[in-house]
Amino acid sequence: MSDKTLTRADISEAVYEEVGLSRHESAELVETVLGEIAAALVAGHNVKISSFGSFVLRDKNGRIGRNPKTGEEVTIAPRRVLTFRPSQVLKQKLNASLRDS
Amino acid sequence: MIKSELIAKLAKDNPHLYQRDVERIVSTFFDSITDALARGERVELRGFGAFSVKKREARVGRNPKTGEAVQVEVKYTPHFKTGKDLRERLNGK
Repeated sequence: MSDKTLTRADISEAVYEEVGLSRHESAELVETVLGEIAAALVAGHNVKISSFGSFVLRDKNGRIGRNPKTGEEVTIAPRRVLTFRPSQVLKQKLNASLRDS
Repeated sequence: MIKSELIAKLAKDNPHLYQRDVERIVSTFFDSITDALARGERVELRGFGAFSVKKREARVGRNPKTGEAVQVEVKYTPHFKTGKDLRERLNGK
C-alpha cells in the first residue's frame, strides 16, 4: 500500500477548501468532530456513520494471558475495546479503485 | 449515535454556522478518509486511531454448502486501530 499518510492537517485543509471557513476554524471543527465521536464512545454509545462504517464497543472478559517471551503468566483485566466495521459502500469504494491499480 | 445526531450536536454547539455547512464539514471529514483509503493511503488521527488498508490475496475458496471450489478475487479491506488515548479513556483511565 502507499506510504502516504493522511492527517488532521489534510482533513482540515479539505474542510477549508470545501466549506469556506477560515483555516483556523476548519481545524477546530475537525477536532470537534473527532471529539464528539470519542465522547459518544467513551459514554458507551456505538457510533454509526452511514456509507462509512460503525464504531462498535465490545466488552471483553478478563483472562489469564502469558508473556510469549518469558512464558510468565499475567492476568488481563476485563476491558472495553473498540472495533470498526466498514460499511459495504466503503469496502466497494476501496476495491473499485485499488483492484486495477 | 448516528451521523444525523452527530450533525445535530455540532450544529447546536456552533450556532453561528449554517446547518448545511455543518453537514458539509461532516461529509468532507468522512469523504477525506474514504478517498485516502481508496488511494491505498493510511489515515492517522493521533489520540483517536488510525485507518489502514489491508490486502487479502486472491485464493481458491470453497462453497461450504456444496464443497465446490471457487476463485476468490484479491480484496482490499479497511482496518482501524484504536489510538492509545481513546483506548485508555474507554476504560475510564
